Amino acid sequence: MLSRLFSDPLQLGIAQAAVTILLALAVVYVARRREVHLERETLISLLRGFVQVVAVGSILVLLFRGPSWSSVFVLLLMMLAAAATSARRARDIPGAFAVSFYGIVVGSGVVIALMTALGAIDPRMESLIPVGSMVIASGMNSNALALERFRSELTANVGYVEAGLALGATPNRVVVPYVQAAVRAAMIPRIDTLRALGIVWIPGLMAGMILAGSDPVYAAIYQFVVVGMIYAAAGLTSLVATLLIRSRAFSPAEQLVLGSQR
Amino acid sequence: MAGEAESREATWEGPVLRTEHLTRVVDDRPLVEDVSIAVELGEVVAMVGPSGGGKSSLLRLLNRLDEPTGGTVFLEGRDYREIAPRELRRRIGMLLQQPFLFPGTVAENLAFGPAARGELLATETIAELLERVGLGGYADRDVSRLSGGEAQRVSLARTLANGPEILLLDEPTSALDEAAQLGVERLICNIIRQQQLTCLIVTHDPEQAERMAQRAILMENGRVVESGPMSEIKNA
Ligand SMILES: Nc1ncnc2c1ncn2[C@@H]1O[C@H](COP(=O)(O)OP(=O)(O)OP(=O)(O)O)[C@@H](O)[C@H]1O
Ligand SMILES: [Mg+2]
Repeated sequence: MLSRLFSDPLQLGIAQAAVTILLALAVVYVARRREVHLERETLISLLRGFVQVVAVGSILVLLFRGPSWSSVFVLLLMMLAAAATSARRARDIPGAFAVSFYGIVVGSGVVIALMTALGAIDPRMESLIPVGSMVIASGMNSNALALERFRSELTANVGYVEAGLALGATPNRVVVPYVQAAVRAAMIPRIDTLRALGIVWIPGLMAGMILAGSDPVYAAIYQFVVVGMIYAAAGLTSLVATLLIRSRAFSPAEQLVLGSQR
Repeated sequence: MAGEAESREATWEGPVLRTEHLTRVVDDRPLVEDVSIAVELGEVVAMVGPSGGGKSSLLRLLNRLDEPTGGTVFLEGRDYREIAPRELRRRIGMLLQQPFLFPGTVAENLAFGPAARGELLATETIAELLERVGLGGYADRDVSRLSGGEAQRVSLARTLANGPEILLLDEPTSALDEAAQLGVERLICNIIRQQQLTCLIVTHDPEQAERMAQRAILMENGRVVESGPMSEIKNA
């Protein structure tokens, strides 16, 4: 309906956005009738989201005109932002930002570089940036999950950790079960994603590719490729981040510092 | 086994364990303040005092689970910061109020300390250790199905499997009911005597202190306020 009224893509986009906003406002109205008040938060979030998307879109337009090597910088910036975001979740862990950054760079960076080199990611910016950003987002999420889980496991098991230390075990030996738990916790959402790929998880990329005129079967297969990369990035990132945070949880004299109140 | 009395070098003549102005301050609050004590070989010393007096904090410092902010500890005359923490903790065993057994079997728990040093604890040694703590035949039991008293005995055997020279006990029986308490206490006494272990035991029970120790140290507000035979401390 809208596409018949607006032929210019920009006008069409704005019209579609307007309809979406109306939908959100309708939800706010219904919630309000049930005395759930979402007005303020929804309005602010809608506005913020819209401005962000438009800004990113405009920057991408500028970027796509630039030389292709500049995508490396864009991806690096994304990794910095991702590290800052997930480090904020683990603020009380010393060096959380550095740990997150290394984890995400190794986890997502290796996957992006390798898959681009192999040709599974098109090195042109138009595909490298969006696919790369999904891989980085996956690293970010699994990093936050792994750090959070590791910290809470240590806190809950201070007695066992110190019993192990008191028996003369190394910190690394003592925290083996908690490293396992942290990495597994970070991977569960990714494993579920793989498992339910065809049914539940049809996110932006496939829809976008079909809309952009790709062959639906190819779009579906590529969806699988992306989810596979997301899985790999999650695994690498959570592993690296947990192993890095592991050594920061203990003092040089092999005393537990993270998680214990001492 | 490494912890037997006869295998120990008898060259050091002074106190086995000595602290010098040992202090730990956390957030401007002294948990342990200027503690200087000496414990002779084979001596059993009770640590008594009001709750929050710093007894547990002192024990943690001796095991170096916490770092002193001042002063130090000498193990057979050697500053303990020169000894690798792992080696130190093997030589100074610690038993806590709760057993904190690792999930798995009793045997796996006993083997944990030696395994951490890359040593294999022989099946016969495990059986012998369990015999000594009155749990013969328990090797393959799952630790999740032990009673509180049994678990604490396994914890003791696990510490002994490391062959410690000094034993730190932080209220080792206070989580147990009275019958189990006496059982574990007697067991510890026998083992200390047999192996000539030097021992520091924290207890809230003056009678237990009298039964087990030759001497007591009274701690209040992080400081040692008295030290001497139990009878003198009790009257203080
Ligand atoms: N990390 C810490 N930060 C601040 N205070 C602490 C810390 N750890 C322990 N404390 C405090 O230090 C004091 C001494 O505690 P400690 O556990 O050594 O006492 P205790 O003599 O063993 O007491 P209890 O007989 O109840 O076991 C207590 O007031 C305790 O609250
Ligand atoms: Mg205590």
